[in-house]
Amino acid sequence: MTNKVELEIKGLNFYYSGDIHALKNINLTIHNKSVTALIGPSGCGKTTLLRCFNRMHDLYPKHRYEGEILFQDDNLLANGNDLIKLRSRIGMVFQRPTPFPMSIFDNVAYGLKLKGIKKKLDLAERVEKALKHAALWDEVKNKLTASAYDLSGGQQQRLVIARALAVEPEVLLFDEPTSALDPISTSKIEDLVMQLKKDITIIIVTHNMQQAARISDWTGFLMLGELIEFGTTERIFTAPSEKLTEDYVTGRFG
Amino acid sequence: MTHETKRRIEGFIALLLSTMAAFVGLFWLVFILGDVLVHGIGAMHVSLFTNDPAPAGVEGGGLRNAFLGHLIITGFATLIGVPIGVLGGTFLAEYARGRWISRVISILADIMVSVPSIIVGTFIYALMVRPVGHFSGWAGAAALAIIMIPVVLRTTEDMLSLVPWTLREAAFALGSPYYKVIIQVVYRGAATGIFTGILLSIARVAGETAPLLFTAFNNSFFSYNMNGPMPSLTVSVFQYAMGPYDDWHAQAWAASLVITLFILFITITGRLLIKWRYKQ
Repeated sequence: MTNKVELEIKGLNFYYSGDIHALKNINLTIHNKSVTALIGPSGCGKTTLLRCFNRMHDLYPKHRYEGEILFQDDNLLANGNDLIKLRSRIGMVFQRPTPFPMSIFDNVAYGLKLKGIKKKLDLAERVEKALKHAALWDEVKNKLTASAYDLSGGQQQRLVIARALAVEPEVLLFDEPTSALDPISTSKIEDLVMQLKKDITIIIVTHNMQQAARISDWTGFLMLGELIEFGTTERIFTAPSEKLTEDYVTGRFG
Repeated sequence: MTHETKRRIEGFIALLLSTMAAFVGLFWLVFILGDVLVHGIGAMHVSLFTNDPAPAGVEGGGLRNAFLGHLIITGFATLIGVPIGVLGGTFLAEYARGRWISRVISILADIMVSVPSIIVGTFIYALMVRPVGHFSGWAGAAALAIIMIPVVLRTTEDMLSLVPWTLREAAFALGSPYYKVIIQVVYRGAATGIFTGILLSIARVAGETAPLLFTAFNNSFFSYNMNGPMPSLTVSVFQYAMGPYDDWHAQAWAASLVITLFILFITITGRLLIKWRYKQ
């Protein structure tokens, strides 16, 4: 855990189509090579916030951002930003595993090919590295040409992580990555997240407070589109300064 | 009567009526297919496939020209209809998703699917036959393509809509532009479904007569010329069945059997593909 700043969110407001005010004046600092957890009750805006970081909202009409998200001093919300480049620097893993309908190898190679890497040897090397990084290599090294759908849910999720890692992103966003998985697969993913933070910055949305407590260095608590409190995970879970945070982390509501 | 016996009787009546309805439907189907099979097999002869039609009254003619013409017309119809249908379906399911134009075109395509095919034939007649003053294979292919397009378009749209949206988001999240997301991820996910739709649309047009009557018309000679009238099996069946000669009738039966088997083959392939897809 370092104190270098990766993302600086300044006065962020977000509106969905129909002027629904989903995020209200969010100010937040994401530290480099650390795990930041976003927690809060359903509909609080934590996934909405996560999807601002890779501009996922841009796929849908009539959304509106206000404020700034500085990514290494550049405002990633600025108009005319190259979203394709941004998304190769800030990767995302979804709630349900999203393997593409192709082989295990081709799944991991997908992002690499998009980046224009074509040499077979080069691809094979990077795919292997990514699969090892995602702790999946030993389980799939003998069946790289098999369909990704042959893997179990937990393996698929690690495959998707490998696919995201292959393009060597600086930040990886996780949107409730274990909510569709069994406990054993969940603990594998959690171990993996803690491994990954040595190299990249991680932001994870989770419904599971124990998970946030276990794996994150920083925690932000959101409610009704507002960031109620942000601080080190240790402090948020042991000595929150807000009454709402305390009620939530002690399980009094949510 | 207790409540339970009443229910049992009601159930029995419903079962009886639906079984009877099924048998009435099946009877005619089996009757028609059986008739085609019996007469067709009896009339089947190698000369049917190797000879062109003989002059009226002369024995030993075949329908080689009609087989070839049928394949050429259906082939070109597929070449014209499939790309337009697939691209149109892609537009509706992807680029125009959720917009009013998408819904309007979908409904229009549904109407087009059930438009009587003879109307398509007369439409192409007015557009491509009358202005040039003669029938042509191209006009026939165009008429069949018009019948294919809405079928392929709607299947493509439905199949693409079945691909989970999160799969597209995952591809976008890797920095993929939309056209690559569609070609590399979405099409792959929907490939079997789209291919099945294409097969079924070919089966649909392969048995059409009405749209060819006014467009490709017929031709007693072996012809590769798409600019001139072109023979087809279905139109030949129509003309031979109406004709006065017994060997014409026999040939019509044989040709009917061949068309039926061809369509059966395509349909079964399509069904098997669907089954295989859902097993995956």
